[in-house]
Amino acid sequence: MRFWIGAALVLVVLGAVTATVQYEYFFFAGYTVLMFIVLSTAWNILGGYAGYVNFGTPAFFGLGAYTAAVLYKATAAPLVLQIAAAAVMAGALGFGAGLLTLRLRGIFFAIATIALTVIMETVFINWRYAGGATGLQLLRPPPTAPFDSYIKMLFVVMGISAVVSVVVARYIERSWLGRGLRAIRDSEEAAEASGVPTLRLKLFACTVSGALMGVAGAPMPMYLSFIEPASTFNLNYAVGALASPMIGGTAHWLGPVIGAAVLSSLQQIITVTVSNEMNVLLVGVVLVVFVVVAPDGIVGLFRRLFSRK
Amino acid sequence: MGIPLDLLLEAVLFGILLGGFYAAVSMGLSVSFGLLDVPNVAHPAIMVFGSYCTYLVVGRLGIDPILAGVLLTPAFFILGMAVYRFYYETFEKRGRREAGVRGIAFFFGLALIIEVGLILGFGVDQRMVDAPYIGRSMTFFSDIRVPLRMLVAFGVALVLTIGLTLYMSRTFTGRAIKAVAQDEVALRLMGANPVRIKQWAFGIATAASVIAGSMLIIVGPVEPGMDRVYIGRTFAVVVLAGLGSMTGTVFAGLILGISESIVLMHPGLGASWAPAVSFLLLLLMLGVRPQGLFGR
Repeated sequence: MRFWIGAALVLVVLGAVTATVQYEYFFFAGYTVLMFIVLSTAWNILGGYAGYVNFGTPAFFGLGAYTAAVLYKATAAPLVLQIAAAAVMAGALGFGAGLLTLRLRGIFFAIATIALTVIMETVFINWRYAGGATGLQLLRPPPTAPFDSYIKMLFVVMGISAVVSVVVARYIERSWLGRGLRAIRDSEEAAEASGVPTLRLKLFACTVSGALMGVAGAPMPMYLSFIEPASTFNLNYAVGALASPMIGGTAHWLGPVIGAAVLSSLQQIITVTVSNEMNVLLVGVVLVVFVVVAPDGIVGLFRRLFSRK
Repeated sequence: MGIPLDLLLEAVLFGILLGGFYAAVSMGLSVSFGLLDVPNVAHPAIMVFGSYCTYLVVGRLGIDPILAGVLLTPAFFILGMAVYRFYYETFEKRGRREAGVRGIAFFFGLALIIEVGLILGFGVDQRMVDAPYIGRSMTFFSDIRVPLRMLVAFGVALVLTIGLTLYMSRTFTGRAIKAVAQDEVALRLMGANPVRIKQWAFGIATAASVIAGSMLIIVGPVEPGMDRVYIGRTFAVVVLAGLGSMTGTVFAGLILGISESIVLMHPGLGASWAPAVSFLLLLLMLGVRPQGLFGR
């Protein structure tokens, strides 16, 4: 119950912020933070619960973004439809990629997902209709009724996506699905031997995770009014989606949320005040430090702190 | 869709040279990932770091880049041993689960740190070295021109590959490394320390990657972000080969080199499709025959 009140509260706060704050940059930055919360939560469903590392976040994210852009170019479909289509396409990609590689050990899956990213990027570089290597300029439609600017609308849409993805992740974590995935992470052979349908569970996790990443990517073309392969399939999305759960903690749904909020807020500040290189360096260093020193992340640290008392 | 015969011949010839180079570049990974089972996604980043070290040494001493690479091997050998020791103490020792997700994340973070470190130290500009064989070419069959730098890289690749293969099959330590890959527990029962052997092997793998790095800067200019595309190429070669197979690595390198070069020269495809070749091969191999061409 507390969770649902909290979720409703988050949505109310988002709405209130949108109604009161006039400073546009706040929404640009806030959108990115919320987007990374969706990406990290989605990543954690497969990476954290089942222990299958996915480097291919940009492939799913980018497919979502391009689906939305192409759909908008072809039919001028509304944003909701774009997001739904993106979820379907990215989910299908997750299912297909999983079918091909999830029978293998974890590291092979990780490498295959890097491969997936480069292949997707190459396909879109060579697809004329979607803009090719130079990209595609998109004209935003006017914002829908209660919003006075498009960026505020995107901010709220991403906020809703974040809440939805956390709800999905929490449901999976607490149901038999989550228990099955954790069994796979601890020992796949033992899980299979005790009758856990390992392949089906992994496929499910991969599909849901991919679909949510697609959702995170769908509003991106509207956010930038532009889409282009090199930045859309950038490895930095993979870095963020992987680092945040590692920093926040992979065992609990709150981990990726905290990790993404902390990491991407810090990144926003450093990109503006110092430089973009420093911000990537920061992620690398923080990632290594956390993996080595605090394997259970911030959530794990807090748990240890409170269980001692 | 067709491709003229003389162009095809040229593509194959160039592909063989490129393939030899790819095989050599993947040798280190074939040891560290193929034999030792360490998810070393930082391998290409270490290689690019090796290129920059070569660049510095060549600039300071004015010697041949390959000689510079050889001179750097002891330093990289020690670096590799240190990296493995650290990896072992923090992840492998705590069990398989720790070594899985967190081990990959650790090497991924390491790759990022190396990459950004190079950007901060050298900037994003391309760097290259000077040597008598860079920039000249040789002519074969009266009209096929092959750049001399590719021939040199191919020669070094051959020496490196043969050397490593002999080392693995003829020397005591080399056989011990193969043994540790096959059955760690049995090795321990024989009274040998598997961790020390793995540490040694990882050192060799890292030393091989600095020579690969010096070849990389001979073949073309380098820039810090280059490791990303080589993640695909090196892992494709190692997986295609079948984990840890040295002969397989050579064949896989050739397959990758030739197919990439044909795609590159194909009039309908061209340079924009070339980066996808290695990854497509990798995905297909994982889907169809995951144990690789020469897998155990």
